[in-house]
Amino acid sequence: MVDTAEELAITSNDQVVIVRQKVRSTAIDLGLSLIDQTKVVTAASELARNTLVHAGGGRARIEIVQAGLRRGLRLVFSDEGPGISDLKLALTDGWSSGGGLGLGLSGSRRLVDEFILDSEPGRGTIVTVTKWTR
Amino acid sequence: MTVQENTSKRHIEELLRGKEEEILKRWVEISSRPLRGRLNETQTAKELREIYRALLRSFDHADGATELRALLAELSRSRAQQGFTPGETAMAVFGLKDAVSELVEAEAGVEALRGFLWLSSTIDGLGLYTFEAYTTAREKIIADQAEELLELSTPVVKLWEGIVAVPLVGTLDSARTQVVMEKLLQTLVDTGSEYAVIDITGVPAVDTQVAQHLLKTVMAARLMGANCVISGIRPQIAHTIVTLGIEFGDIITKATLADALAYALRKSGVEVVGRRQTRVAVRTEES
Repeated sequence: MVDTAEELAITSNDQVVIVRQKVRSTAIDLGLSLIDQTKVVTAASELARNTLVHAGGGRARIEIVQAGLRRGLRLVFSDEGPGISDLKLALTDGWSSGGGLGLGLSGSRRLVDEFILDSEPGRGTIVTVTKWTR
Repeated sequence: MTVQENTSKRHIEELLRGKEEEILKRWVEISSRPLRGRLNETQTAKELREIYRALLRSFDHADGATELRALLAELSRSRAQQGFTPGETAMAVFGLKDAVSELVEAEAGVEALRGFLWLSSTIDGLGLYTFEAYTTAREKIIADQAEELLELSTPVVKLWEGIVAVPLVGTLDSARTQVVMEKLLQTLVDTGSEYAVIDITGVPAVDTQVAQHLLKTVMAARLMGANCVISGIRPQIAHTIVTLGIEFGDIITKATLADALAYALRKSGVEVVGRRQTRVAVRTEES
């Protein structure tokens, strides 16, 4: 069940910062612990920058979701970029196509509770991550 | 320009020249009405008179138009400084239309009306110009501030002989890292320092990009023979860095700037000894 949702465009570095700030304020509203806040904000930063670096921009959707008694913060990053041909390789630590550390995607997966990567060459990429309150 | 247009233009010009005092008085009244109390009326009257005169001159010379624009830009700037919105400034200029239209209506001639239409579009242009001047001034301020911020937010401070520190605050992007790195490396040379402390207490989140920038800065400092310590790693940042899988390798990291300073002092052979308490406190109690 989705409680609230907000969609932001990512077209420049400044907007990555805006997404990050919005994710942080939503995480605080939701009552996530300081460590979980920092983790989800960092994951948002990685994934938002990925849309910018690999697809030239995209969108971020910030949702507060509810499942039973648990509430969570769900982030959906989508772009219409080239897509990922080898999902397994893309999720390998240290492998990078953009000259980075190669930990953005794989590291983000570890920072959140649920991680869904949906991509196909030519169709763009959608990454959905969720962090639940404890 | 057709003969007809020329005649109507001349007609309105004559009207503006002939009834200067009357129109000016109305204009000042109209344009200061919505701003009552917020603006000095004599000052407004003076400004508007100058603009009015320049407008009249601009009918004759091209130079007049340049002067007129300069005056409008000045008006826009001074009003913005006094806290008026660009809309309010433009409305003040548009007030001239109302002032003139009252006279034109009284005259009720085709010639006067046609002339008024021409004047009206001229004034529209002037009003929009104040708007543009406002935006340009604002953009310049923003650009200057962004540059200042970039400079301000990256000071390199000397903590001790041979120990310098860079306290980083805010978002660390490529542009800032560049500035930080340049400043740090230059300061290392200038002060002959052997230890550099990079403090990230003020950095809200360390993601892979920030980490990569930090690693590069440390590597560059090392190439110059300096030892780098990264300090200000808070618990949540440490947690995140580990989960992300970033390895800082053999780079020395400390929780606080104080720890980093203590480490650098110890490494450079400075011993800090607390002074022994020798003062005796004497207190007399009065009843």
